[in-house]
Amino acid sequence: MENQYLNSGDKNIGVEKSTPNILHKKNWKLKEKIFKIVLLFAGVTILLIIGGIILSLLFSSIPSLKKFGFSFIIGNEWDPVNEKYGALPFLIGTAMTGFLALLISLPFSFSISILLGEYFKKGLLSSFIKTMTELLAGIPSVIYGFWGLFFVVPIIRNVEMIFGAIPYGVGILTASIVLGIMIIPYSASIGREVLELVPNDLKEAAYSLGATRYEVIKTVSIPYSISGIIAGIILSLGRALGETMAVTMLIGNMNSIPENIFAPGQTIASIIANQFNEANNELHISAMIELGLLLLVMSAIINFLGKYIIKKLSVEG
Amino acid sequence: MKDFSIKWRIIKNNIFKISIIGISLISIIPLFLILFFIFQKGIASINLNFFIAGTKPTGEIGGGIANALIGTVILVLIAFAIAVPFGVITGIYLSDNKKSKLASWVRWAVELIQGVPSIVLGLIGYAWLVLPLSKLTGGKISFSALAGGLTLSIMMLPSIIKSTEETLKLIPHSLKESALALGVPYYKTMLFVILPAGLSGIITGILLGVARIAGETAPLLFTAFGNYYMNVNILKPIDSMPLLIFNYATSPYEDLHNIAWGASFVLVSFVLLLNIFARLVVKRWKVQF
Repeated sequence: MENQYLNSGDKNIGVEKSTPNILHKKNWKLKEKIFKIVLLFAGVTILLIIGGIILSLLFSSIPSLKKFGFSFIIGNEWDPVNEKYGALPFLIGTAMTGFLALLISLPFSFSISILLGEYFKKGLLSSFIKTMTELLAGIPSVIYGFWGLFFVVPIIRNVEMIFGAIPYGVGILTASIVLGIMIIPYSASIGREVLELVPNDLKEAAYSLGATRYEVIKTVSIPYSISGIIAGIILSLGRALGETMAVTMLIGNMNSIPENIFAPGQTIASIIANQFNEANNELHISAMIELGLLLLVMSAIINFLGKYIIKKLSVEG
Repeated sequence: MKDFSIKWRIIKNNIFKISIIGISLISIIPLFLILFFIFQKGIASINLNFFIAGTKPTGEIGGGIANALIGTVILVLIAFAIAVPFGVITGIYLSDNKKSKLASWVRWAVELIQGVPSIVLGLIGYAWLVLPLSKLTGGKISFSALAGGLTLSIMMLPSIIKSTEETLKLIPHSLKESALALGVPYYKTMLFVILPAGLSGIITGILLGVARIAGETAPLLFTAFGNYYMNVNILKPIDSMPLLIFNYATSPYEDLHNIAWGASFVLVSFVLLLNIFARLVVKRWKVQF
């Protein structure tokens, strides 16, 4: 703009300069307003997106909600051919894989959080472990599933043969092991953050009384941050419940209540992934979407709870 | 009786430390196993033809991943084009309105969107785009790259919004005040002073978002659907790398597995390099105050 005026020659510079300046000022106010409106609009759109997600799930599952009502949750038969839809096998499958995965990942994520949050806050080992866990978190779910099929499944099959179980290879346990590996980075990073919130003077007070590092961790750090650690575990459970691809590839896809941890089963996410494209009548689709709604509500409650606890902790700390 | 002798306490302390280090190291073994597996099996199927040939019908030997590669690029571009401007603007809004009631609602909404399971987002993409479009056009347009891209963009939004908000929060107030004191209009201050100062953080958020959606399969199952033929029309079903890996890995054929290993190698290399690059951006381009 400025160059344009300079190049336009030296006559009438003052006139030319003053007119655009006034225009400029008007423009400026308008642009300011537009900018604020655009910002507000973007914020409101986010609210509309999440509102829309919940409403359209609710709306699409009306046929199934009407027909089955509460029996959808407690029915243990899922039979699209006879139009019987009960979600209990998937709820149990989801809970089993979720908790088992949590159990498997717990010692590892706990160790990593202590290592990064207490022992090595900086330095080579810390940045090595940190980078590696971040990369572990970056690997796509479908790759975990693929690797699980060719690495974990044969191992589990051998174990099953030793125990005399039917050697499916795939099943609740296989899915849980891979799921457990997948959530290690997530819970570890929350654990580390929570441990870093422990005030240094508390720890120093314990050291000055002659406590060893183990004693400080056991009697000061962990008790202080226990609510945050629990929140981290809750959040990892939320992550595990919604995980789809790896579980779909490894759980064996059987629509019945699993008898033990070796048996094949189905989670809410995996049944949707498996059957949604084959669903061709309204009721089947609607039942699927109700499953999705159920999954969303479960993970929303869990996420809300976990984040609320952490928020409270970091405000206090 | 408990033994409180100093010797025993030191021994316990050391055992604890060693086991913490040991278990931590064990927990990253799966990463190396996965990388080793993919490298060992994937490298064999990679050659020039692998990148430029399309997938072959089942039963025929050979074939490549060109359609999946192009499909992923198109899907990511669509998601990028929607999510980046929208996410950055929302991030500016949130960092601008720290205390307003509406902004805190939006913040919770972002958290909620981040917590929506990816498979549920797939259902949403189906309900919002695939189904209406198919009803509107009498079934001519149903599954499409557009629906897939839109679904992925919802998935990408939270990470962009959060990184923008967090970075802009860290920029000192004096910078904004200096610009305003010079008579710079507010929107110009935000767009040309504050935003560039926080660019490294925002770019990191975007790169991590891209890395995340490039490997996503579940939201694409009912939206982009997958396609064994080369397609660049965004209103038609399109293939993507994760979809191809999923379909081939669960098939019973050995040579399809090999293609899937090769595709996994390409996908994992891309995603991990993007992750590493994103972290380098933070370190290198960070503006210090």
